[in-house]
Parts: sequence; structure tokens; C-alpha cells
Amino acid sequence: MKLELTINGRVHSVEIDPGEMLLDVLRRLGYKSVRRSCNSASCGNCTVLMDGKPILSCTTFAARAMGHNIETVESLSEDGKLHDIQESLLETGGAQCGFCIPGFVLTTKALLEENPEPTEKEIREALNGNLCRCTGYESQIKAVLNITRKRGGHVNE
Amino acid sequence: MSEVLNIKELKRFKSVNKSVKKVDGIALVTGQPVYTNDFDVPGALHVRLVRSPYAHARIKEIDVSKALKIPGVVTILTYKDLPRVPYTRAGQGYPEPSPYDTFVLDKKVRYVGDPVAIVAAETEKAARLAAKAVKVEYEVLEPVLDYEKATAEGAPIIHDEPEAVGVYDASRNIAAHFEMEVGNIEETLKKCDKIIERTYVAKTQLHAMMEPHAAISYFDPNGRLTVISSTQVPFHARRILSRIFGLHIGDIRVIKPRIGGGFGGKQAIHLEPYVVAVTLKTKRPARLVYDRPEVSMATNIRHEMKYTVTIGAMKDGTIKVIDMKGLSNTGAYGEHALTTFMVAGSKTLPLYNKVEAVRFTGDVVYTNLPSAGAYRGYGAPQGLFALDCTIDELAHELGLDPLEVKERNSIREGESSPIFRIMGEGREGVDQIVRSCKLQDCIDKGKTAIGWNEKRGKQLRNGNKVRGVGCAIAMQGSGIAKIDMGAATIKMNEDGSFNLLLGATDLGTGSDTIMAQIAAETLGVKYDRIKVYSSDTDMTPFDTGAYASSTTYVSGNAVRKAAEMVREQILENAAKYLEEPAENLYIENAKVISNKTGREVTYEELCTKLFYTFEQKQIAATASYVGEESPPPFLATFAEVEVDLETGKVNLVKLVSYADCGTPLNPIQAIGQLEGGTMQGIGWALFEDVIYGKDGRMLTNDFFTYKIPTRMDYGKLECGLVDSYEPTGPYGAKSIAEIGIDTPIPAISNAIFDATGIRLRKAPFNSEELFFEILKKEV
Ligand code: FES
Ligand code: FES
Repeated sequence: MKLELTINGRVHSVEIDPGEMLLDVLRRLGYKSVRRSCNSASCGNCTVLMDGKPILSCTTFAARAMGHNIETVESLSEDGKLHDIQESLLETGGAQCGFCIPGFVLTTKALLEENPEPTEKEIREALNGNLCRCTGYESQIKAVLNITRKRGGHVNE
Repeated sequence: MSEVLNIKELKRFKSVNKSVKKVDGIALVTGQPVYTNDFDVPGALHVRLVRSPYAHARIKEIDVSKALKIPGVVTILTYKDLPRVPYTRAGQGYPEPSPYDTFVLDKKVRYVGDPVAIVAAETEKAARLAAKAVKVEYEVLEPVLDYEKATAEGAPIIHDEPEAVGVYDASRNIAAHFEMEVGNIEETLKKCDKIIERTYVAKTQLHAMMEPHAAISYFDPNGRLTVISSTQVPFHARRILSRIFGLHIGDIRVIKPRIGGGFGGKQAIHLEPYVVAVTLKTKRPARLVYDRPEVSMATNIRHEMKYTVTIGAMKDGTIKVIDMKGLSNTGAYGEHALTTFMVAGSKTLPLYNKVEAVRFTGDVVYTNLPSAGAYRGYGAPQGLFALDCTIDELAHELGLDPLEVKERNSIREGESSPIFRIMGEGREGVDQIVRSCKLQDCIDKGKTAIGWNEKRGKQLRNGNKVRGVGCAIAMQGSGIAKIDMGAATIKMNEDGSFNLLLGATDLGTGSDTIMAQIAAETLGVKYDRIKVYSSDTDMTPFDTGAYASSTTYVSGNAVRKAAEMVREQILENAAKYLEEPAENLYIENAKVISNKTGREVTYEELCTKLFYTFEQKQIAATASYVGEESPPPFLATFAEVEVDLETGKVNLVKLVSYADCGTPLNPIQAIGQLEGGTMQGIGWALFEDVIYGKDGRMLTNDFFTYKIPTRMDYGKLECGLVDSYEPTGPYGAKSIAEIGIDTPIPAISNAIFDATGIRLRKAPFNSEELFFEILKKEV
């Protein structure tokens, strides 16, 4: 079946298998930042934003994305400048192997839009579904707290 | 949160010892297509493996005819189509101290998931359908699923094939055996006031790195076989592929792109032979990416180990005897069997170097379970769990503070241990004196941070919850002395930048960045002027690979040497150019300056002249390094737990770890390694439990059933570094990659005891077991 998908503001017309998952279609279209780690909705590595909300693309039917805005991490630095979440991760060492990072960045973006001054507890809760096996989480939590600080918000550690 | 103590050093160094951003960081945070499976290779066949449903069976017949008829299927290979060459999947120095007991495909299967056929098709769907359609008839054999029964009389023999080499005793399923003794155990025990014997078991663990294993192979336009692989050991992969398929090493190229985590799980040759077999047969590119269940059960897991420790001590807590008897479960194949077992002793026993007699003995046995292999810590955490907790028990029985007992009996700067010489990895070790050791500072810092004196032995209660604290100390190594070698090539460009070509494999640790910092420090440039490329067997010099905590120390020393050679060449040529003797010249900020005349030449100018108008030559150098010793980093860890007496649930309130890794070349990254290792240790202690079905099938092969820690699963984590300077390390550095995982299990076990008086001697610590112990004890 034919599908129209809006990804990072661009409209793609793609042929898909009826049961195909969004993750497969996104990777096929070249959005390689969307990573597959578990394929069973338990790691968050395949997270993308659908109308600004994080969803797991490995268990979302591609057909469901029709008529919605899909955002991948490729959209964040289009003009060559890093998003402050990305910058902050580099500063705290929050990206080791980097495999979990696109999912992490997108979930964080959604969190900060909803709650610009999250506490450490709120960060942990919001990002709980984003597994990372490298960092021990501390540097990533610190990265999010630093963004609030840099944006002039109040940090409640 | 993390603390970095390095004010002094920060002033001294210009590039190292600075928390600079990763050189590959921008690519990672912007989601660039950098991992193996992100590479688009036109026309690549999709490869799937048919896997055994039985733990132990002989293949009677394989019928691929139906599967071959599925549209899109290109080829199906079975053992009949492949060379029968025994090898080991272990990516170790050559000759490997692991038995050659593996075939790409065999007539016999030895665990649930052992591959029996390779399917290649135009689409992934066709490959999956065909894999299901391959009909295999098995003669099912009795499996060995309990490693304690593997050597029993009449037990089925797992490796009965005549071709296997290097198996210690195949008829008794013993893959490897080791024994050593210093002093006289029995005689010394007689002199002790107190003898205590305890048995501890550390169950297996999954690496659970986020990037699944992947490999792609193809013939390049010149007909050279090229393999892109998520590997920690590209050079070992090349060597082993050449052996299996009878190809010249020079006809194979292995490229390692970015890797999404390894932790030792990618220190073996897992997928490469399957894709190469397809490419050789079809002359077409082939791609294989494992599913999560395959990553879990069909690559490597950690060696499950059991140790019985006997300690003899005096009333005052002076330890005189340590005797460790072990049993390790290598699963279906013996990769890293002997070496992980030896590391359980060689990285723990020298820590308690004041003893008079030490013994370490035991077997590594085969079972019909997934194959164990290298995993961060490499046996050391299993050994330490038993040793540290037995010492803790001893201290309690003597009425002493366990921290004091550990502190008093452990190694210090300038001291040595005979173990260093006796136990290496798979062979004799190397004598060494510990030149840098700030273990005491680590202990002191951690002790204060956790509030040891205030909290220990108090069993603070809050309703149904009770708190306790525990400690553990550890050491590891930095590379394998006199075996593992690293090399680096540096060449200069006319803009004054440098290419650093490295065989070392950055698997997310940030080693490329650290190597750039070392080169920059030596060459007097900013680290972003060093353009790092790692690693590609065609383009970069040899390196044994990223394992055994070797990269910073071994490859780092090679980089420093290469950079020094380039620096010499720069000075020599600048001397000619400035017409001044080289002794008058020094290097600073990408310039060569005369301290006599003040004349100077920039790198840019010098190199441009060297290319086009003056002397006309390339400045470049390659250097190799092999460690003469393996300086250990040290660690002290303190855990505070709260046990729910109504459920047995253990809540990790706080965990503090302070490490001495020499001069941290990039403090933020060093702490990141420590935090990451620590979190894996916490996971192993409290959440990560591999469960098998009665048939030997791994039931916990996904992230639903195998629970790695999430952000909600711990209270506070405080990791910090104390300063030391390792004279043999590059700019004073030692390793940090592995040690963090050694201590959480014993520290948490000891804390649970402090809280409840209950000793859990089997990790992971299961709430249910603890709950029943609580009921029994009426805590
Ligand atoms: S790949 Fe989708 S949640 Fe893991
Ligand atoms: S950085 Fe490797 S998984 Fe998160």
C-alpha cells in the first residue's frame, strides 16, 4: 500500500507492506538515526516524536503515522548547529557509544517542552524507558539539568 | 555526583587530563549513519541463521529443498558446504590460550541456538521464511545443563569430535584446568587462630550492549574480501577468517566503524564467518544483523563461577592464608575459558599480598548452554565476590570492622605479590612492583562519603525497612603484559594538522579522543588538530584490540611514542629550515621556536615547505608498544541499602566508588567508564538474572525478561577519581574500563548483611530468596 509520511517537515510517498513498522520504513527512507536495539518496545532506542510526543517506532505501525508529523534527531541540527540538548550531552560525556542517544535526545526534547524545569526525579521518570548500557545514567541526567540551567531556568537537583 | 581532583595536573598539561569533548561526539549526537548496520551496500543479501532447538543433538539430515524454492532465496549453506576447520571464536593474541573446539557449522549442536544452516536471500522476509522452512532431523542427545555435574562419571561428552585441539580433558567435559600454590597452605593454616571456609556463586550476565552484533561482507572492485563488523578485534577477526577459509591475510580487509557498545561481547568472531561464507559462495555482498534474542543467547555471556574460599587469619585480622577453589561454566564452547578463570585469581589475590600461603585451583567445564566469553571484568568480579565477602565474614566473626581488615591486608605503593609472576592470562605472568597505588585515598574518600563509621552495624530501622552499609576494594590491570601490542601511525599535513591512524578500537569508551589528546600533548597542538581514524586492517597499523583494559595504556603508549618520533622529525627539519641546531628549538602551540634567537616557524609553514619547496618529504612515524607490566588501577566501593523486610526487596540507597586510574587523561570520560561499569555491576547484583528452561533454552533473552537497570533502579551514585601518577603509563595513566564492575556485588552483599544479618552467597540477589531468609531469621 501507498503511504504519505511527513518526516522532519518533508513529505515522503512510500510503498509499504501492510504490517510494516514505522522503524523499518524510516530506516529504509534513510533516517538511520532511528536505531533498532530490542525491537520489542523495551529499550527506547527507536524513539521518534509523533506530533511532538515520543513514541516507539519499532512497535508503531507505519500506517498509523499517516497524517502526523514525525520527527527524528536528524531534524535537530539541520542548520549545522547543534541543539542545546546535543551540546550538553557532549559537555557531560553523556554520549559514550552513542547508540541510545537519538532516542534520548528526542525524549528529552519532549520532556523539556512540557516541563522546562524538571527535577532530577522527573528526569529519571520521563527518561526511564530509554535504556543506556554505557553511561550509568549519571552524565545524561546531569546533561538535562545543565540545559535548564543554561536556559536560565531554576534547577532543582 | 562525580568529582574530579586534579588541580595540580590541570595546570601542568595542555591537552591530556582535560575533559574535552569526544572527537566523534558530533556524529554520535546528531545520529549520523556510523554503525555497521547503517551502511548501505547495494545488492547485499540478507543472511539468517537456522538454529538448533535442542541443547545437545547430532544432525542426521538437513533438507533445504523446500526452503530453496521460496522466491528470493539465493543460497543455503550447511556443514556439508563449509571447510571443517576447528578454531576458537575468542579474539585473543595468537596462539590463543583457548581450545580450538568450534566449526563455522558442525554436525553436532551443543546449545539451544547453535547454528545449523546459513540462509541468504534477496529480502529479509524471504530469508526468515526460508530459515523456518529448512528441515533438520536430529538425533537428540542427553544434555549437560548443570555445570556442577559436567564432570560426573557417565556424563554425556560434549566435545567428542576428534578435531578439537587444546581441550584439557574432553572425556570429562573439562575445557581448562589451572592450579598454583605459593607457600604451604596446610602448614600455615595450623598457625592460624581462625579458619573460615565459604562458597560463593556468581551467576552469568548478559552484555546487553545497545547495538546488536552486525557484519557485512563484500568483494571490493579489486576483488578483495572486505568485512565491516561491529568488532572489538578487527585484526584477530582477519586472522581467524583467513584460517577458516584458507585465504591470505592480505586478501582480507576488516573495517570497524563506530560500535554501539561492546563490554567484551564483541571480542569474539561471531557473525563474520557466516557472511563471508555467503559472499565467497555467491560473490555477492551479504549482511547479517542479530535480533536481540540472538545477541543474548547466541553470542557470548559471562562465565558463571563458583568459588570456595578458605581463609586463615590471626585474631587481630591478619590474613595468612587464602585458598580458592573454583569451578567455571564455559557453556558449549571454550572461548576465554582458561583466561577468565585465571583472571579471577590473578586480579584479586595480589590485592591481599600480605599472606604467607596462597592457592588457586579449579576447572572450567563445558555445558550445553550458551557459550561464555569475555565480559568486562573478565572473571575478576566473580573471584572478588567470593574473596571479599569471605573476608567480610571473617571480620565479623572476629568482631572486627571489615573495612579495617581489608584495608590492613591489602597492597600499597611500592609493594609486590608473587601472584603477578605466577598467574598471567593463560600462562605465566610478569613480575611487577606496584608503582602507583592510591587505594588508601580511595578508601578514605569513600568511607567519608558513605558515612561508614556512623552507619555501620546500626541496622537503622524505618517501619518495615532496615538499612545497612557494605564495602569492597578491588584492583584490575592495564592490558596483558608482554602479550598485547598496540601500534599507531601519525602523519603530518601541510596545514599543521595530523592524521592519527590507530588499530585500537573505540567501542564508545572515547578512546579515539584520549589518543588524540595524547598525540596533541606530545606535539604541542590542540587536540582537534589530530584527525583520528580507527580502525581498518588495511589502513591502520596492528593492534590486538580493545580488551583487558588495554587501550589507554598499551595503545596510548604507542601513540605517545609515535608522536615523539614525529616531534623529533619536526625539530630536525625545523633546525634545517631555521638554520639553527635542534637543541635550541622547542615546540609550542603548533610552532617551532628558537630559545636563542626567538625565530620561529609554524607547523603549517614548515610542512607546506616540506611538501613543495624545501627538502620535499613527508613527516610521519609508526610506533609499537607492548606493556612490560600491567599496572593495576584500584577501587574502593561503599554501598548503602535499605531492605524491605516484608518483601525482601533491596533498595540501593547510595553507592560510592572512588578509583585510582593514574592520571585520568580525560576525567569526564574516565568517570563515565567508572559509572558505566558500576551500573553494570549494580545490575548484576540486583536485577539481571539469566533463566533457562528445562531444555536449556534461555528464557530471558530480551529486555522484557532480562532486566538491566533503568534510571529508576538506583538511589544515588557517586563516582570519583583520586590522583596518582603511573610512571609507565602515557602521561601517568592507567586503565579504568573494567574495574567499576568488580565491586558492586560484594559491596551490596556485605551491606545486605549489615542490614539484616543475612549472607546472600549467590548473585544476583533475589528478593524472594532474601524474603524467605528474613522469615527464617525473624529479623
Ligand atoms: S527498538 Fe524499539 S524500544 Fe527497543
Ligand atoms: S551511550 Fe551507549 S548505550 Fe547509551
